[in-house]
Amino acid sequence: MTRLDKVLAELKNQNKKGLFIYLMAGVPDEAGTIEAVKAAERAGANVIELGIPFSDPLADGPVIQEAGIKAIKGGMNLTRLLDLIKKIRTETQIPLIGMGYINNILHYGVEKFVKDFKEAGLDGMIIPDVPHEESADIRAVCKKEDFHLIEFVTPGTTVERMKETCSSADGFIYAVSVNGVTGARDGGAQAFGQAAVIDYEVIGKVAELVKKETNVPLAVGFGIGSPEAAVAAAKHSDAVIVGSAVVSKILQNKLGEAEKFIASLRTALDA
Amino acid sequence: MTEGRFGKFGGQYVPETVMPVLKELEEAYKKYKDDESFKADVRYYLNKYAGRPTMLYYAKKLTEHYGKAKIYLKREDLLHTGAHKINNALGQALLAKRMGKKQIIAETGAGQHGVATATAAALFGLDCCVFMGALDMERQKLNVFRMKLLGAKVIPVSSGTGTLKDATSEAIRYWAAHVEDTHYIIGSAVGPHPYPTIVRDFQSCIGEEIRQQIKEEAGGRIDYLLACVGGGSNAIGTFYEFRNDKDVKKFGIEAGGRSDTSGDNAKTLSGAGEPGVLHGAYSYVLQTPEGQIVEAYSVSAGLDYPGVGPEHSYFKDEGIVKYVSVTDTEALDAFRRLSKLEGIIPALESSHALAYLEKLMPQTKEDEVVVLCLSGRGDKDVQMVAKILGEGIE
Repeated sequence: MTRLDKVLAELKNQNKKGLFIYLMAGVPDEAGTIEAVKAAERAGANVIELGIPFSDPLADGPVIQEAGIKAIKGGMNLTRLLDLIKKIRTETQIPLIGMGYINNILHYGVEKFVKDFKEAGLDGMIIPDVPHEESADIRAVCKKEDFHLIEFVTPGTTVERMKETCSSADGFIYAVSVNGVTGARDGGAQAFGQAAVIDYEVIGKVAELVKKETNVPLAVGFGIGSPEAAVAAAKHSDAVIVGSAVVSKILQNKLGEAEKFIASLRTALDA
Repeated sequence: MTEGRFGKFGGQYVPETVMPVLKELEEAYKKYKDDESFKADVRYYLNKYAGRPTMLYYAKKLTEHYGKAKIYLKREDLLHTGAHKINNALGQALLAKRMGKKQIIAETGAGQHGVATATAAALFGLDCCVFMGALDMERQKLNVFRMKLLGAKVIPVSSGTGTLKDATSEAIRYWAAHVEDTHYIIGSAVGPHPYPTIVRDFQSCIGEEIRQQIKEEAGGRIDYLLACVGGGSNAIGTFYEFRNDKDVKKFGIEAGGRSDTSGDNAKTLSGAGEPGVLHGAYSYVLQTPEGQIVEAYSVSAGLDYPGVGPEHSYFKDEGIVKYVSVTDTEALDAFRRLSKLEGIIPALESSHALAYLEKLMPQTKEDEVVVLCLSGRGDKDVQMVAKILGEGIE
């Protein structure tokens, strides 16, 4: 059983909702990332998604884009990330899932990436620009190494695709709440033309269908920027994922505020 | 190998939110590409509205200048809106209409594809949003105004470096949020499957017409085929028809920019790129040793894209096409040479193909035939060239 499986099973036993917090590796800097992971855990996060900066992040809104640029400028790359993860692992055993784009991984080499990062203490990967159709090779490598490769469902995923995704789902299923990109819809900076309000019942319907297909837990992410939104997103899921709303505070060097915000999400989810 | 691959290149590396609409597009395209009424519609607008077939012109003075093989120019510059881009914009806008979409979006660098898309949108009564880097908007005010005249909204993109690659990313992000009523007309033979195939098919009229016209002009003989390559849409349209003709030596000419230093050129296939994923496809890409995308540079705004169509990557690895580069300076010389010798002001993009004649022509024989795709006209570039040559024309 992996660190992630263990935590997800405990949450289920305790009948608690999971809180997954996204942080960008290298923001505000390497030491600051380690502090942020510890703060998130103290505030009640169950899983950390560690963003790997890419120059052209197609699935991300302005906040994560800004964080990525800052991280790249600060010198973050896969070699340094490997070192950072090893350091984080001396401090905490919280499940760590990487979130990064395929070009960096291809460049590093898929097999080498999975082996090296698994050994360093990473538990799995979310690769938003690798849909199910393109993931067969990577999936095979991850399976061999007992490394999670997280799959997606969205409001537009057809029943046929959803079934296919569920059949190979591992770790948890990432349910994207809205057609569009990442970014808190309650008050955060947003890209042009993105939905201003999210109706979490839409992905809720997809989530209910997923539950009939698989026991793999489901986490809802994209757009969650308040305790109210977290509760709404958690209604049909096992966990919620919050990124931009936390990262925007860390970008302003307000780690204390970020910790308080995460604690407020925890309180709301536990109420 | 999944569908939509050219050898190992291509694929669909996009967020899951975009997958359903790519499938919808794939199915719609499969349905309409052989549909007689759709094909007749496309042909009608290409002929009556855009001005096809374009002439294949024997450039006598240019030929005499080199004193070697005969040089023919495929005059895509004579098309409505001034370049081959309209072939794809009209075809895809008609496809969007058939699919029941209400809005089309596009990315644009210098504004040529944006203008072509805005034109097609006006013609077919579709809403149009064009994403353009904030920096490019400042540099290309005239084209911004053109698009507005045609009824399009121009959205400034300041994310990343504020240029073409960022405008493309932002168009994809916007599309992900509006998949139901919006069709994205990508401007080159790049992007996820089925785009490289769709764009190639709508541009293939270039090569097909060349095949037909050269029969009348030179008894069907072609020894050399030249086209410039940025994303590679005019080049794929030129080469595809001749992909199995081993006797036709095909050259794709990229932008060598101002130097061979990373970030100073757009030599994606001619030395500076490596296979990777950008904007949904596995293809050659300009990137750092860490796998971050490098901004491309060229004096020609239509060539400074850090990726290239996946079918070109396949053609490169299979040796079907040879990819080479010429510098900014060589392209500018060619720009002036054609203007003076033939009375044709070529686009700076096409000037790159013309510049390669300097290297190619001495190796040719008098009974041989060179065909060069003159992809666009240079009116859009005169201001820029005047500035470089130090001629003030405010």
